[in-house]
Amino acid sequence: MSGEQPFIEIKRSIAGGDFAIAGNISSETKTILQQTGLPPVFIRRVVIACYEAEMNVVIHAYRGTFTTQIYSDRILVVVDDEGPGIPDVSLAFQEGYSTAPPHIREMGFGAGYGLSNMKKCSNQIAVDTRVGEGTRVTMVFYLNSSP
Amino acid sequence: MNPEIFHSVLLDEGKCKGCTHCIRRCPTEAIRVKRGKARIDEDRCIDCGECIRTCPNHAKYGQTDSLERLKEYPYTIALPAPAFYAQFKGNMSIGKILSGLLELGFHEVFEVARGAEILAEEVEKHLRRRDISRPVISSACPAVVRLIEVQFPSLIEHLLPLDSPMAVSAKIARIGAMQRGFRPEEIGVFFITPCPAKVMEVRRSGGEIERVNGAISVSSIYPRLISIIDSLPETTEFQLASWKGIGWARSGGEQESLGEGEYMAVDGIHHVISVFEKIEMGELKNVTYCEAQACVGGCIGGVFAVQNPFIAKVNVNYLLKKYCNYRPLDTEKAREWKRDAVFRRENLYEARDVMKLDTDYRKAIEKYQMIEKFLEKLPALDCGACGSPTCRALAEDVVRGKAQEIDCPFLLREKLLEISKDIFDLASRVPQAMSEEGGTKKGEGQ
Repeated sequence: MSGEQPFIEIKRSIAGGDFAIAGNISSETKTILQQTGLPPVFIRRVVIACYEAEMNVVIHAYRGTFTTQIYSDRILVVVDDEGPGIPDVSLAFQEGYSTAPPHIREMGFGAGYGLSNMKKCSNQIAVDTRVGEGTRVTMVFYLNSSP
Repeated sequence: MNPEIFHSVLLDEGKCKGCTHCIRRCPTEAIRVKRGKARIDEDRCIDCGECIRTCPNHAKYGQTDSLERLKEYPYTIALPAPAFYAQFKGNMSIGKILSGLLELGFHEVFEVARGAEILAEEVEKHLRRRDISRPVISSACPAVVRLIEVQFPSLIEHLLPLDSPMAVSAKIARIGAMQRGFRPEEIGVFFITPCPAKVMEVRRSGGEIERVNGAISVSSIYPRLISIIDSLPETTEFQLASWKGIGWARSGGEQESLGEGEYMAVDGIHHVISVFEKIEMGELKNVTYCEAQACVGGCIGGVFAVQNPFIAKVNVNYLLKKYCNYRPLDTEKAREWKRDAVFRRENLYEARDVMKLDTDYRKAIEKYQMIEKFLEKLPALDCGACGSPTCRALAEDVVRGKAQEIDCPFLLREKLLEISKDIFDLASRVPQAMSEEGGTKKGEGQ
């Protein structure tokens, strides 16, 4: 599979703390997937995972990039950020675990389902993180599959 | 006419000047201006009425029925929308409004506000179920239902699987008339509608007990009532609705009728779209019920309403106080209604794939790539001069074979510039017979 070129690649940058436009990239991704005619149920789980990933950068990181690649058999999403990193990844995967500060929770975000939700919605997920440097989340969604 | 593609929003070609106000405002990008006139794409139109509201030439209109149609039936029933009451001053009694409808020729009135109260109890029961996708989205506004079918197919599972208050009212009223001895074909059920979307729902109603025979606009009935209404007696026979159903006239009324719970209300089609996007992304799961209406203010903001929606809201508030006593349902009757399936949704929700570029995944991707490539050439001004609402929409139209690249006036201008350069170059050439070295440009060989 390596070396295979994606049919479509979309690269966007995310600004940490910019809640006004948070979700726009996930929304754009949804529109593209709708245009390619993929089933609504599949699109829904990709979009939920994308939104969680996008929000994580907005809430926790300074800045990040969001890359979506569309292949013949799968969608690949890579979200790279410069931020605090995750000290304990397995803890972060637990439902309800959150390090979001109170003012973020007050906005209705940071309920602590981010990573576990992303895991539920995707077929594969990899989290590469360095404390004090940043985090890279890679998610794969296979077409014609359920999570 | 195929009822599946019936739309209430139509264009008066004589009045349309081909300006681009409507294409910019349409929430589903369903309008294009072609050959000087606005054209509505029937697959995308959700009958929300935004174009009617925004057209400076009043070229868009909602098709409705006239009162003449009452003559077609020996027994006619009026179904006034709750928003109809809100058109009258707050101190007007509903009994007089209902008398007015009888005066116009109806034999019976069934208040949709009462239908809403009856439905509300079923909604409450549904929301207590464990197997629901939260938030459950109200099915009362047909433009919102259509919006989901067209643009948010993944939210279909969130739609309330019960019929609208109008449909529930129609079924109850029709069953009642049949029990009194009328044959189905003798009964004419007419909805007094505040909006074109409801007309679409009426036209698409089935052929059995759910049949609604016509939709008469609030704006055509109001002027006929206003001159006579003060002198009319109060009808108490058909007046059953209370605050619980009357409140459905405006945004927030549905949730108030549902008792305690986590509810939300959103109104105005563009706001509805932004909330649905969030629901699609997995937010608002803690909300049980989402009341969503296409018009600002709710049904009182419909394009067939005559009263300013904010004044209409004041009128509703008066009525809520005046009719503060809810009449509980007759449990025997309620059981009968359930047995007769008056709450069951007759028209099932169906995803309409208008967004996809091709049925074949690979071809759709190729088309998407073409759109992106063509988009680079366009000025990104979204001026609408080409007849499509945005540059992206034009790019899509070109790829779908519905428009040409040079429909863009900027591209056309560039093309003209290119051609005129060629013409200038050609015109500058000196004929072979006249030049010294043959065929060179003026100046070149000197």
